Amino acid sequence: MINWQPSIRMPRRPSASPTDWFIIIPALAIVFLLAAPLVALVWRGLSSAALSAALTPAALEALRLSIVTSCSALAVIVVLGTPLAFALAWWDFRGKRAIETLVDLPLVLPPSVAGLALLLAFGRQGLLGAPLAALGIGIPFTTFAVVLAQVFVSAPLFIRSARTGFAGLDVQVEEAALVEGASTWQLFSRVTMPLSQRALASGAILAFARAIGEFGATILFAGNLPGVTQTMPLAIYLGFETSLSMAVALSVVLVLVSVGLLWGLRRLERREQ
Amino acid sequence: MPRSVLLPLLLLSILGSACSPGAPEPTPGKLTIFAAASLTEAFGEIGAAFEESHPGVSVTFNFAGSQQLRAQLEQGAQADVFASASPREMDKLAAQGFADPSKSEIFAQNRIVVVLAKGNAANITSLQGLARPGLRLVLAAEEVPAGEYARQVIDNLDKSVTSNGGTGYAQAVLANVVSSDESARQALSRVQLGEADAALVYASDAVSAPELPVLEIPAESNVIASYPAAPLATSKQRGLAEEFVAYLLTPKAQGILKNWGFAGKPQ
Repeated sequence: MINWQPSIRMPRRPSASPTDWFIIIPALAIVFLLAAPLVALVWRGLSSAALSAALTPAALEALRLSIVTSCSALAVIVVLGTPLAFALAWWDFRGKRAIETLVDLPLVLPPSVAGLALLLAFGRQGLLGAPLAALGIGIPFTTFAVVLAQVFVSAPLFIRSARTGFAGLDVQVEEAALVEGASTWQLFSRVTMPLSQRALASGAILAFARAIGEFGATILFAGNLPGVTQTMPLAIYLGFETSLSMAVALSVVLVLVSVGLLWGLRRLERREQ
Repeated sequence: MPRSVLLPLLLLSILGSACSPGAPEPTPGKLTIFAAASLTEAFGEIGAAFEESHPGVSVTFNFAGSQQLRAQLEQGAQADVFASASPREMDKLAAQGFADPSKSEIFAQNRIVVVLAKGNAANITSLQGLARPGLRLVLAAEEVPAGEYARQVIDNLDKSVTSNGGTGYAQAVLANVVSSDESARQALSRVQLGEADAALVYASDAVSAPELPVLEIPAESNVIASYPAAPLATSKQRGLAEEFVAYLLTPKAQGILKNWGFAGKPQ
């Protein structure tokens, strides 16, 4: 998914020489910049109050809610996003460019903009929310609103990965299936999906990672109520004001989860090569 | 878009979600004030008036929940003056040597009111209405002064209901809370947007949203929120910081505060 290996390899020297300082120094500087905050966080988390003691019932509640909502968001994304990725990879149709742009947009939008947009669409006074409210259905302040915010911000990561995976398949295999008289469903379920497992899995990992870290859209759209809408990132934000040790402990958990997810992603990529 | 563009995009989106206001570097003649969110409009005007009477001085503000500001200052944020919505946050800072308690002044007072959504669709006509099941009520989080005061008010109302033979008022009201927000301002925004039916906020917040109907809370059940301001120990321009705190007590600044719904300094 994230392709670290250039497809055309450049001629390489075996190792850096001291005259390459103009590469080495800035490179080390940025590595330091990326590493220092995380090292400090984990250091503080492990050295201060025992991690388990800082994981109060409120923190565990936030952890539970984060896992439940992120998994639900991922399920929605996979079920709805896979067909869209297939359509984008296989068909040419009017408005395809517009849909592709739309799918990319949440990646670059600030999450607070996403939250406000969700509120104006699904809020009680919102474009779609007002008719729903008339039916007695209110979305803001519910766990469903958290899932919706997570789907909005993280679906693009899965759709892009799945689409790239589908488009990268050997055309001959799929053409052979079509010549044999396979229906679109058979092509999709027996050929395209199984052959794209890794692209789908890596997209799912990235989307899950983004969903579990979602903050801005959630606090604006879903509000903050422990047990209902207060996910880990919200608990960390408010913990900054009230219980720093709890915020640090939850942050360490999130860092470890993220490292685990990225490690899984790298393994998938290595197997692919 | 090529695949290689995706990682930077992902990082950008993560960065976007993690941005928070940083502490500006001090420059001569530039005063940085950390002030409670409820002071946003009043301090905007007071800052402009202060700049006018002090040529060459520019005032910048960081408005947020008092608790969050206190946490930022404890973590090393650089500022000259702290104006809190609660003496408690000021005391906590002073106890750690970040502010000078002898220079702290109570410059304003505030009370809690109930704001109702525009048009009052939920048809709340009395404080009893806040206990009606299914109402969407928003409070500031328990951890910030506005949230603490709101819960005190609900407690006081509960006592007066109980003394009149009623029961379970506080429990019923708190069961209607759909979000505990970071500040009373955020709670107010939810009512302005029509997402919530009612919120308990500062009287000064209600003034900034004149379109919303207001339910007053009887004085005997209300609380008085005192706002202290003090120069910070880490300030590189203590003189100017002290002048700003003193300026808050002048008739000019007191007038602005009153326009924005605050009661002035205690007599």
